[in-house]
Amino acid sequence: MLKIKNLRTAINGKEILKGIDLEVKPGEVHAIMGPNGSGKSTLASVLAGRDIYDILEGKVSFEGDDLLELAPEDRARKGIFLGFQYPIEIPGVSMASFLKTAVNEHRKFKGLAPLSASDFLKLMREKKELVEIDSNLTNRSVNEGFSGGEKKKNEIFQMALLEPRLSILDETDSGLDIDALRIVANGVNKLKNKDNATILITHYQRLLDYIVPDFVHVLYNGRIVKTGTKELALELEEKGYDWIKKEADMKLNGEEVKI
Amino acid sequence: MSDLQDDILNEVTSREYKYGFVSDIDTETIPKGLNEDVVRLISKKKNEPEFMLEFRLKAFRHWQNMKAPKWAHLQIPEIDYQDIIYYAAPRLQAKYASLDEIDPELKATFDKLGIPLDEQKHLSGVAVDAVIDSISVKTTFKETLAELGIIFCSMSEAVQEYPDLVKKYLGTVVPYTDNYFAALNSAVFSDGSFCYIPKGVRCPMELSTYFRINAANSGQFERTLLIADDEAYVSYLEGCTAPMRDENQLHAAVVELIALERAEIKYSTVQNWYPGDKNGKGGIFNFVTKRGICKGNYSKISWTQVETGSAITWKYPSCILRGDNSVGEFYSVAVTNNHQQADTGTKMTHIGKNSRSRIVSKGISAGKSNNSYRGLVKVMKNAENSRNFSQCDSLLLGSKCGAHTFPYIEVENKSSMIEHEATTSKIGEDQIFYCNQRGISTEDAVGLIVNGYVREVINQLPMEFAVEAQKLLQISLEGSVG
Repeated sequence: MLKIKNLRTAINGKEILKGIDLEVKPGEVHAIMGPNGSGKSTLASVLAGRDIYDILEGKVSFEGDDLLELAPEDRARKGIFLGFQYPIEIPGVSMASFLKTAVNEHRKFKGLAPLSASDFLKLMREKKELVEIDSNLTNRSVNEGFSGGEKKKNEIFQMALLEPRLSILDETDSGLDIDALRIVANGVNKLKNKDNATILITHYQRLLDYIVPDFVHVLYNGRIVKTGTKELALELEEKGYDWIKKEADMKLNGEEVKI
Repeated sequence: MSDLQDDILNEVTSREYKYGFVSDIDTETIPKGLNEDVVRLISKKKNEPEFMLEFRLKAFRHWQNMKAPKWAHLQIPEIDYQDIIYYAAPRLQAKYASLDEIDPELKATFDKLGIPLDEQKHLSGVAVDAVIDSISVKTTFKETLAELGIIFCSMSEAVQEYPDLVKKYLGTVVPYTDNYFAALNSAVFSDGSFCYIPKGVRCPMELSTYFRINAANSGQFERTLLIADDEAYVSYLEGCTAPMRDENQLHAAVVELIALERAEIKYSTVQNWYPGDKNGKGGIFNFVTKRGICKGNYSKISWTQVETGSAITWKYPSCILRGDNSVGEFYSVAVTNNHQQADTGTKMTHIGKNSRSRIVSKGISAGKSNNSYRGLVKVMKNAENSRNFSQCDSLLLGSKCGAHTFPYIEVENKSSMIEHEATTSKIGEDQIFYCNQRGISTEDAVGLIVNGYVREVINQLPMEFAVEAQKLLQISLEGSVG
């Protein structure tokens, strides 16, 4: 589904991602963990098409397309969804009209007729239950005045409506209390099936108690330095990142010595 | 991103003005130029009573001693007032009694503009007064309204049929001495709409005037007078368009509103005069004086304007809050693109006790345009416990445009409260990206964000016009990203 090969990116001349390799197959859940500043959010943004980054090298293919050649809206329409770490406020634009536009753009891309107002309302009602959000939320302006938890739940709600092939959730668990975390995780689990895939970017192991990943990757200093299973996350929780950093730095130095 | 922005901006700035066609109508014009004889000629053509000629001549003499105002944040080229035709009218025998008698070309013009003169065809309850160049050609639903005692007709007709009402109210809110353009208008105005809602009557339909400039080299000077008697209510809307011409054309209108005790007037404008081409050539100079007086206690006047057209707009719909507990409102969206200039805002003069006013102004500038808000909130000595709230927001699209805010506040009463909030913003790239990430193109994202930005104002418009206004905004600005 998604193949990343030796992806290197920079912002303002500073290299952030220093050669990422990652493959995600349908039905899989990948967790990407790592200390602050390791490049986790950059990876998410680059995949979604944020144009503030320079691509230095590498290839990303998504379902056979050269992802890096596509405009962000086309990536979205082809099924890439980014759950924002800090969802953006758009004053005066109601969630309902925002989402109706988004859903119908997706339908247009697939050659489907736009949903009627009543069908759309029905769809919203159905998806609202999934993420247990306040029914008034869709009458409010996009993310405006939402609490931290509401914003995150709102991201999952949008994901439920758009039914992406690949969801990249950027620290969707940060700032959530335990109930909100459970609701968000339940939503993700319910939406999971054998045809779609999820990349979870997180600092903490606790999210992985609710959403069980198939793979756990540790991103450090712009590279994936270790890949394991759920147990790796538990180990990180227990021991912190220092041992990984040490191991990675040594490896890096070793390689350089060899050259 | 910046390449895309340029592309979209280019596309927007090269968009054609949809209403720029010229109709081939048999038009009677008088020679160019302005002097006392021209004023007399206009009055004579309209077969006016003596008091009207007097009014015009006084105004003309006063105007001759005035100078065009220079205080607005506008670059106004020198206007040669002797190079303008002051009266241009489609040749008609009399006012058309039935639709069949209307010049087919004239009817086609209004059909093309989407203004149905045919009552049968009308979608919703909107009565229309259609004004082309200097005269009103047709007023619909007159009989239906007359049953309720509502007078809705052209100004010329009002002068003939209801001279007492005209004499009593004309020039009482905007005297001819008020300003340069009001004086000019008072001297040469040719037509406009007149409306009187009798005591206790709620006007059952939207009243609307549609202004169209067609003739070349002519100016349009219309005059609107609207009176809501005690406990009456009326919602009124005006729209306007003009052909694309290389030379500038002058539009200097005066609108006067009078709300008596517990009366309410809602006045909405969707202004779409030809704005000139992308290089700033041509377009209408829109120099308009609009003012309402809340004469009676508990009366209310609400102005809503969506200004997207004109090369230059100089316009300050205002309220004099004379009655105790009276309310004045001003909701405005002003869009400027290319080389357009707008200096617009309002004046709220609080005289009555407990009078309240609310100002919501949303400016949007794109291209190389300049957009200014200018507002005065004045609280007189006896206006105890009066309140004002002002919100002035500016949105910039692109980096070559300007937004300016000039709020003036004068308060002579200690118990009054005034609040002013102002913001200037650009459409955030993060907002656009958020929309993109949900599958919405940049162009549609800008449309969404702009419509969100102006929603508070658009919500004030009658439903069917709100939809129109929204489309108009989309066309004026589609995709210009900042």
